[in-house]
Amino acid sequence: MASSTLEIKDLHVEIEGLEILKGVNLTINGGEFHAVMGPNGTGKSTLASAIMGHPNYEVTKGEILLDGENVLEMEVDERAKAGLFLAMQYPSEISGVTTSDFLRSSINAHREEGDEISLMKFIKEMDGTMDYLEIDKNMAQRYLNEGFSGGEKKRNEILQLMMLKPEIAILDEIDSGLDIDALKVVAKGINKLRNESFGCLIITHYQRLLDYITPDKVHVMMQGRVVKSGGPELAQRLEAEGYDWIKHELGIEDETVGQKA
Amino acid sequence: MTVEIKLPFDQDYVRSFSENRNEPDWMKELRLQAFDLIAGLEMPKPDKTSLTRWNFDDYKHGVSGETISSLDELPEDIKVFLDKENHNQNLVIQRNQTVAYASLSDELAAKGVILTDIQTALAEHSDLLQRYYMKDAVQMDEHKLTALHTALMNGGVFVYVPKNVQVEEPLQAVFWQEDNEAATFSHVIVVAEANSSVTYVENYISQNKEEHAVANVIAEVIAHDNAQINFGSVDNFAAGTTAYVNRRGVAYRDARIEWNLGQMNDGNTVSENITHLIGDNSYSYAKTVAVGRGEQVQNYTAKIVNFGKQSEGLILQHGVMKDNASAIFNGIGKIEHGASGANAEQESRVLMLSSGARGDANPILLIDEDDVMAGHAASVGRVDPLQLYYLMSRGISKQEAERLIIHGFLAPVVTEIPIEAVRNQLTEVIERKVY
Repeated sequence: MASSTLEIKDLHVEIEGLEILKGVNLTINGGEFHAVMGPNGTGKSTLASAIMGHPNYEVTKGEILLDGENVLEMEVDERAKAGLFLAMQYPSEISGVTTSDFLRSSINAHREEGDEISLMKFIKEMDGTMDYLEIDKNMAQRYLNEGFSGGEKKRNEILQLMMLKPEIAILDEIDSGLDIDALKVVAKGINKLRNESFGCLIITHYQRLLDYITPDKVHVMMQGRVVKSGGPELAQRLEAEGYDWIKHELGIEDETVGQKA
Repeated sequence: MTVEIKLPFDQDYVRSFSENRNEPDWMKELRLQAFDLIAGLEMPKPDKTSLTRWNFDDYKHGVSGETISSLDELPEDIKVFLDKENHNQNLVIQRNQTVAYASLSDELAAKGVILTDIQTALAEHSDLLQRYYMKDAVQMDEHKLTALHTALMNGGVFVYVPKNVQVEEPLQAVFWQEDNEAATFSHVIVVAEANSSVTYVENYISQNKEEHAVANVIAEVIAHDNAQINFGSVDNFAAGTTAYVNRRGVAYRDARIEWNLGQMNDGNTVSENITHLIGDNSYSYAKTVAVGRGEQVQNYTAKIVNFGKQSEGLILQHGVMKDNASAIFNGIGKIEHGASGANAEQESRVLMLSSGARGDANPILLIDEDDVMAGHAASVGRVDPLQLYYLMSRGISKQEAERLIIHGFLAPVVTEIPIEAVRNQLTEVIERKVY
């Protein structure tokens, strides 16, 4: 199976006129797990949102290519259909729409008209995946994310990920707010997808998640750029020593971006 | 500014209309009394909407319809409202002003449950009807339209549930305005005696897109001590009908009244849904969803008045406006002095789908007691771009994402409609109106 490649070239992104990303370069090939780390406020989540096409973020310069296709010209739904997936840090709550109906609409959106997934097959797949992620079955009939705990929301994002099976997934702080048991379950789901064609960009500021999902490459973001890349050992050093040594090495005083004076 | 309603009818008309229907004297007298009041009364003044140019006088009044011997004779667009599964045992279908079909299960009839058209009720349960007709809930002299209604009432349904009787199957009434110019002066009374419970669902249907007609609908819903009434509706008058809809509830001690109103008329509509929580620990949850399209003007008032201690009144109004439609949603929570421990909560939200649409959510809390809880939430806006983004990020098209969000927005009422066929119809009407 041919794998996909996501290329991010010199990406500059603004929110409300404030530049957050100042030239990000990153290439993720199918089969690779990349971790993007960095302290708060360095542009990690902006990167995730810009790739998916969040309405509040404006790309002012640079390119995002998926297998050579210009992602920036695609609508959000077209990006998803092209094979991208973003597990969101703050997924919206949508009242009146059940998780199950939403999942089924999502799956059918990836299929041709007339080739919709049968209800039986859908329920079987959903039930199986929910079991795997240790999700209470009644979540299927609850309204999407409404009244969900932080942990439930994260698991729901992974449930969608596992059922939609994208080419490239971006996980935006999927570990934040999770206790260790929930973290293990989420990691188990992500690891299940691991194969030679699936690519993943894991955004986190804790090493913790990477104890359970071993990245192939680790990147550190500061001031809206990738300032350092390496292997899994980089994450371990960050865990042990923090970020100060990188700042020192690169002569950075304030690692954040977009701070108004 | 007052509105002149040119009456196409005189006192003799009202008298002979009543006599031709063999009504009891009290009803004839009430009609004539009301008729005399019409000229001197003002039109209702719903907050923020002027009824000046609304058609309340172009219609035909006495129009009969044919009876049917089997539900198979109904046209498809009426049949879809009926639940085939329960064999329509508890059902009244009114065609223009004639009862086309009526059925009540033997089991319920044996328990003393009444589900019948208003004319039959006048003949067979005159005293009982008189006890409730325009007494505890609505007064005929409130304004011109209530007086008109009383004088010209030409149809309706009477539901009565005796003490301690639980009616499990929903009761249904279908008001089918088949004649495109016929007026619907429909009067519905639902009475649940102490410790009883009942679910009632009504549908109003017409097809008059061009022809003018008027609907003047009153429902009086009385829940005695510890009774429960679940009242559902799907109103679907066509664009040519101007509708005045007044649904009012009275809840005594420990009683509960739930309203689930799908207000899907295509013509100008003024609707008031008022519940008086008289008894201690009484409860009402009044939910309305509405969709406006075209040039439609609508005014909705949901009001709950807490008299009883520990009484609880909840209001939810969700409206979707498109094209050049406009709607006002007045939510009024009133807590009377002495209603200690009462709770009044309301939520009114309007979703606007086009730049020409107008919506207003108008929350009002009037509180004359210290020891109470009250709250309101109101919003008017467009579909949330972040919700769209989230749904679209899973591959769902923008149009489909909007569809999901809108159906979700109207779900609080849709999911509560107790008859599956009616629930499906409401979903379809929403689909048709929104797209």
